[in-house]
Amino acid sequence: MTLRTVRSCTDTTIIEGVSPILSFWRDFRANKGAVTGLGFLLAMALAAIFAPWVAPYSPIDQFRDAMLTPPSWARGGSMRFVLGTDEIGRDLLSRLIHGGRLSLLIGLSAVLMSMIPGVALGLLAAFFPKGAGPVIMRVMDVMMALPALLLAIAIVAVLGPGLFNTIIAIAVVSIPGYVRLVRASAVSELSRDYVSAARMSGAGTLRLMFVTVLPNCLAPLIVHATLNFSTAILDAAALGFLGMGVQPPAAEWGSMLSSARDYIDRAWWVVTLPGVTILLSVLSINLIGDGVRDALDPKLKHTTS
Amino acid sequence: MLSFILRRIGLLVPSILGVTLLAFSLIRLVPGDPVEVMVGERALDPVMHAEALHRLGLDRAFYVQYADYLGQLAHGDLGQSLVTHDSIRDEFTTLFPATLELALAAMLFAMCFGLLAGVIAAVRRGSWLDQSLMGLSLTGFSMPAFWLGLLLIMLFSVRLGWTPVSGRIDLMFDIPPRTGFMLIDSWMAEQADPANNAGAFRDAALHLVLPAVTLGTIPMAVIARMTRSSMLEVLQEDYVLCARARGFSPARVIWVHALRNALIPVLTVIGLQVGTLMGGAVLTETIFSWPGIGKWLIDAILRRDYPVVQSGILMIALIVILVNFMVDVLYGIVNPRIRHVR
Repeated sequence: MTLRTVRSCTDTTIIEGVSPILSFWRDFRANKGAVTGLGFLLAMALAAIFAPWVAPYSPIDQFRDAMLTPPSWARGGSMRFVLGTDEIGRDLLSRLIHGGRLSLLIGLSAVLMSMIPGVALGLLAAFFPKGAGPVIMRVMDVMMALPALLLAIAIVAVLGPGLFNTIIAIAVVSIPGYVRLVRASAVSELSRDYVSAARMSGAGTLRLMFVTVLPNCLAPLIVHATLNFSTAILDAAALGFLGMGVQPPAAEWGSMLSSARDYIDRAWWVVTLPGVTILLSVLSINLIGDGVRDALDPKLKHTTS
Repeated sequence: MLSFILRRIGLLVPSILGVTLLAFSLIRLVPGDPVEVMVGERALDPVMHAEALHRLGLDRAFYVQYADYLGQLAHGDLGQSLVTHDSIRDEFTTLFPATLELALAAMLFAMCFGLLAGVIAAVRRGSWLDQSLMGLSLTGFSMPAFWLGLLLIMLFSVRLGWTPVSGRIDLMFDIPPRTGFMLIDSWMAEQADPANNAGAFRDAALHLVLPAVTLGTIPMAVIARMTRSSMLEVLQEDYVLCARARGFSPARVIWVHALRNALIPVLTVIGLQVGTLMGGAVLTETIFSWPGIGKWLIDAILRRDYPVVQSGILMIALIVILVNFMVDVLYGIVNPRIRHVR
């Protein structure tokens, strides 16, 4: 790791003038784990986007003649259902692919819906340390006092279960993270000379916020958003597992696990496969997050979230 | 030191008030009014409806209700469950030790293995051992805890038959609840009545293992990662070099000199994990039918027992706030520099 740090430092001195995106990609590519994660995530995203064409069957078609069929490689399995079927004869592979749609949709929307208000509130808190700042931060403290999953459960308990409410609940509980992060990095940027210079030359507060300061807070923000994406997928699965997320018969990974609980002594595949899918997708996003962090800012290398 | 603690207490007050406001508003945000929700599908006589609203105090102004609620809380009154009609405070105090026991066991597991893995990875930095330990901890960090619980049940309870599937102790034992901690209670029961309760302690311990591992995995991964990066930093300090130069054994330098200082940031992370533990307890207790406050809360949500939901959320938030406060103070004691930073 020492070697890589040194190398990436010299790289940036040599390739001065090369676009930052290119130099970022060079650093990112050096991280094998991150590239593997990116590959897996891309494959999953493609499968999710083209799910109706990729999946062999509809996720809700029931093959009553083939209930709890084991995967093709296990005894009693057949190539008709590659990953086997669940308790009412639905093809597991098709359900997992369609579940990827839901998980990615929930993850992406939750990240967007928490990042936008989070960034705005964080900048407000940094720019108005006498007025709005402390109020915003106290409210965020209160939200952070509750474990994220619990707050999400509470929100769903109030709004009722469902896809849209799951997204809202996960987005709301993710806001404080963004606010704290953006405020902290904006506050440290505000004391820099270039901000004073922009202020002297008459830039308004909004311009200072979004054009001058925000681009310089992007590195930690991107890293945080990546990690937030994986947490959102985990939390959505947890809500589904508790019966408070996306409702059946929709193929959601968490709710698939919840109905698989009853077959734990008979059908290992209905318990194992959805979990492996969740684990692999979350793991690949976390690997990407680590890679992005190392590539964007070698200084951040030794901090863990 | 005193002014540092007082300042932290000053920060505590608005958080606690905010949490009470949050718990209080929650029940009022339910679409429709709570009475309709509690009654469900059945049609309700308008007069009785108004009466019920009046009886629950829901027809008064928001701030009056809130002030009332704070008054009740100040007397330690958490209200009544709509389903069992028991005092919520009593229910909470009976169930809380179960969650605490589970959380402590999980934390013990997480700290032992997390610290060990982190230190080994830092010392053997860059080796295959470091890489596989960190790969494992990233996997643990990405693990859906509820699925891990199911896997453990499938392997150790269903396949191997080593551990029981659910609950805190086998029903054949008659354990009088003295402390609420099953490990202690079962041990005491075994001492008091060896004929009937032989093996009770072992049984209680076996019940605890899988839930504790399930709940402790994510904190373990976080602690391992944090310990590693913190150790790497400390190992480069001059005083570690100095200790080596003075001829202390490598083990002593690592475990005593370096780890002691590396622990400071790890301590904060451990404090922050209390929130994760409480959130994870909800899932873990549901999987293992562990009779604690997490399962209690989920059951209450599914039964729409709103007073229980309200108080449960309030109590969990208060616990998290208090633990974080204690970690803050502890941090101030361990690291005097913090005390003077505002």
